[in-house]
Formats: sequence, C-alpha cells, structure tokens
Amino acid sequence: MEKLINDFSFGLFVWQTLLFLLLLYLLYRFAWKPILSAINDREEGIKNALAAAEEAKKEMQNVTADSEKLLKEARGEREAMLKEAREIKEKMVADAREQAKQEGDKLIAQAKATIDSEKKAAVAEIKTQVADLSVQIAEKILKEQLANKDKQLKLVDDMLGDIKLK
Amino acid sequence: MRRFFTLRILLLFTVFSAFSLEAVAKEESADGSKKDIKTEIKEYIDHHLKDSHDFSIFSYTADNGEHVYVGIPLPVILWDEGLHVFSSSKFHHGETIAESGGNYYALEHGKIYKTDAEGNLSHDDEGHVTNAKPIDFSVTKNVVMMIITGLLMLWLFSSLAKSYAKNNGVPTGAGRFFEPIVIYIRDDIARPTIGEKRYKKYMPFLLTIFFFIWFLNMFGLTPLGINVTGNIAITFGLALLTFLITNFTGTKDYWKHLVDPLGDAMPWYGKIPIYIILVPIELLGLIIKPFALLIRLYANMQAGHIVLMSLIGLMFIFKSWIGSPLSFFLAFAITLIEVLVALLQAYIFTMLSSLYFGFASEEHEHEEDPELAHL
Repeated sequence: MEKLINDFSFGLFVWQTLLFLLLLYLLYRFAWKPILSAINDREEGIKNALAAAEEAKKEMQNVTADSEKLLKEARGEREAMLKEAREIKEKMVADAREQAKQEGDKLIAQAKATIDSEKKAAVAEIKTQVADLSVQIAEKILKEQLANKDKQLKLVDDMLGDIKLK
Repeated sequence: MRRFFTLRILLLFTVFSAFSLEAVAKEESADGSKKDIKTEIKEYIDHHLKDSHDFSIFSYTADNGEHVYVGIPLPVILWDEGLHVFSSSKFHHGETIAESGGNYYALEHGKIYKTDAEGNLSHDDEGHVTNAKPIDFSVTKNVVMMIITGLLMLWLFSSLAKSYAKNNGVPTGAGRFFEPIVIYIRDDIARPTIGEKRYKKYMPFLLTIFFFIWFLNMFGLTPLGINVTGNIAITFGLALLTFLITNFTGTKDYWKHLVDPLGDAMPWYGKIPIYIILVPIELLGLIIKPFALLIRLYANMQAGHIVLMSLIGLMFIFKSWIGSPLSFFLAFAITLIEVLVALLQAYIFTMLSSLYFGFASEEHEHEEDPELAHL
C-alpha cells in the first residue's frame, strides 16, 4: 500500500483526467455519435428492408390470389355467355321454324283454295264446252241423217214406230 | 504469410526487448561496479515500470565508458511557488541537478526533489528521500503515450465515422475490424447490463474507456518500455471517472437502496440493529467497487510486465545454450498471453463499469403491486 501511494503521481493523475476527458469529448463529438447513429440507421434500414420485403411478398401473394380469382370469374362469365348465346340461338332457330311452318301452312291453305276455285272454274268450262260439243255433234249427226228423203222418212218411221199410241 | 504477421511482430518485439536489456548487462560489466547482474536487472525492471521524464528508446555504454541515451527529452513542468518549465535533458537522466528560477532540482527514481546547489539529498532510515517535492505536472512518457493513443483513436474512429458517409453506411479499411468491436460493446456489454432504455448515454464513455485501455495495454507490449495502464495514477483516474459517473447518474432508487437496503420489508425498530452494520457496508461498497477496478487493472498490467521482463532477464542470467533459448521461448509465450490479457483487462474494466452504471440507473417497478399492498 505504501508503495502504491509512493508511486502515485498527482501530476500524472491530473494529466490523465484532463486528457481522457478531452478525448472523451472529441471522440463523442467526431466519432461515437456519428458511428453509433450510422450503425443504428443501418440496422433500422435493414429492419425496414426486411419488413418491406415481407410486405411485398404478402402483396405478391395477394396479387396472385386476385388474378386467379379474376381469371376464374372471367372463365365463369365466358361460360355463362356461351350458354346464353347457345340458348338464344336455339330459341331463334325454334322461333324461325315455327314461323316458317305457320307461313307454309298459310301458303298451302291459300294454294288449296286457289286450286279448288280453279278446279271449279275448269269443271264449269269443261261442262260448257262438252255441252257445246254435244250440240255440235248432234247438229252434225242430224244434218247427216236428214240429208236425203229416204233417211228422213225412215227416221220418221222409226220414231213413229217407237211411239205407241196409248 | 499474412497469418503469421502478428506472430512475427511479437517475436520481433521480444527480440528487441531482449536487446535493450542486454545493453544493461553490458553496462554493468563496463562499469565494473560490484552490483551483480540480478540486482541490475531488478533495477532495470523497476525503472521500466515507473513513469519517466524522457522518452528513452534505448541506452548503451560507449567504449569510453560514457552512458549514451537515445531518446527524446520531455518538458518538465513544476509548481513550486511559481511555475518552472524546462527540458528534462537538464537532468542528464538523473546524473546532474537542474536549475530553474533560482531553485535546484534533482531527479531520483523517476521523482523530482527540491535540492541545494550541490544536489544533496537526505534519506531517512528506510532509504526514502526526505527532501521537499514540488508538484510535478511534467509531460512525462506516460502523458506522451496518452496523447499519442488519443490522437490514434481520434484518427481511427473519426475516419471510421467518415467512411459511413462516403461508403453508404458500410465501413472501409480498419473500420471493418473496429466496427464489430463497437457493436459488441453496445450489444453484449452495455445493452444487457444497463438496459435498453438508458444504455445510450453511457456508450461514449464505455467505448472510449475500452479502446483507451486496450490500446495503451497493447502499447505496453511494444519494446518501447511503456507502462501506462500499469501506473496507479492512471488507473485511479479511470476508476474515479467510473465512480463519479455511477453516482451522478444514480437514480432515487439507487440512493434509497444505499441508505435503506431492506425497504419496507421490515419495521423501523427491527432495522436499527441491522443497519448499524449494513449501511456502513453498503457505503463502503461504493468505494470498494471502483477501488477493485483500479487495483485489478494496475496489478494485472504491472504483473505482466514484471513476468515478461524477468523472463527476458533470465536469458542473461543463464547465459547458456539451453537456458537462454528456453527462457526466450517462455518470454515469447508470455507475450502471446499478454496480448490476450491486454484485451481481457480492457474488457473487464468496461464490463464492470457498465455493470455499476446498470445498478445505479436501475429503476424498480415492483413497489406498486396492488396484490401485495395490503400485506
């Protein structure tokens, strides 16, 4: 202990304290403060970057899920549209067929009516012509038969012969 | 090649230290004095452990028997009823007395004493000089080393700080080595012992003290004969700062615990007999903690230097082809261990300082527990 006290130099102690405090201040001012804040900033930066990456990953997943959903929806919509289109087509075809049938029926009915009336007219004309021809034939036949006297007489006779007095 | 760089440097240091001691051994033979080599080495070690008023690199005895010192004289600053400033070269390494402003001063065993024109020094029975001692504010070898260390630290760490700005937050050069240490001190010393909330205000002190002690310890391993951290005044100054910071940043809880360690756990009449013993112990603990700090660092560095130099000294005592290389090898091994000790002591000093700060700034939150209020 005595050696320790003997070794103790007050001047050195004063120098040491002054120099150390000065060094502490200068280092604090020019080194520790910027170093610690730089390290801190860097650590914050890394932490933030990691958080951002995590966020981005999540976002990415969301986007994928969204796009899948959209795709699914679009597919569904397309299906629905196709189905609708098919239905419309079928309906249109059915309608057209129906209409055509009606139209046809109508035409047929008209045609029938025309044919009937034509037929009637034709029959009426034929009747007239047949009557005319019959008269002409009868006329010709009569003219033939009554050309000479004998025949006339014979006819009279025949006719008279048919006629029986009652 | 690179892997053995440090080892080579250390080997070189050991060899160099051996040479500087060899000079002493030669000195002895040239002097022809009756001192044997063991005493000579012991005195050399003693001299090395002390602070000195000049920055000597080595000394030898010339052929004509004259002592030649290679080194730089440093300014001597004395307060002796007025300021006396002169160069330490005036002392001629204690061989002559120095005159300044009508006063005469003598240098003996690294201390300056006031003396008369003839340089008479009176000694008491135990051999201590009884002459008056002026207050010595000299820029000694230790002061120079502290300034060099301080400048080195300023340069290293301010360039590290600047490299962040230049290199987008990534350190360059030596900073790559020092940055992890800074982070280690923050994350493994300050944060766990002081706590997340308050550790920041202690960081500058902890970082400064760690690197200051470490660098000075490392300088002590160079063959320049530097022993700054093995000086009691230095460790006292460092421990005093820890002590002052601990107590000035102490919270109310800390002081309350000091004078009332048991708190509400016991009625006041029960405390009296216990506190007669307990409170003085607590108060003594205040002093003992930093005292242990200062003695630990001082003793460790001092002991390391003594062991190392003794082993080197053994080489000259053995003077044989077996003993000397063996002791050289031992000295080299101890140098390696001392490198570890240099770091370890800096770590321990920082760690314990941080722990004391942690105790002092701790805030207790268990006091207002409603469950326990009625008990």
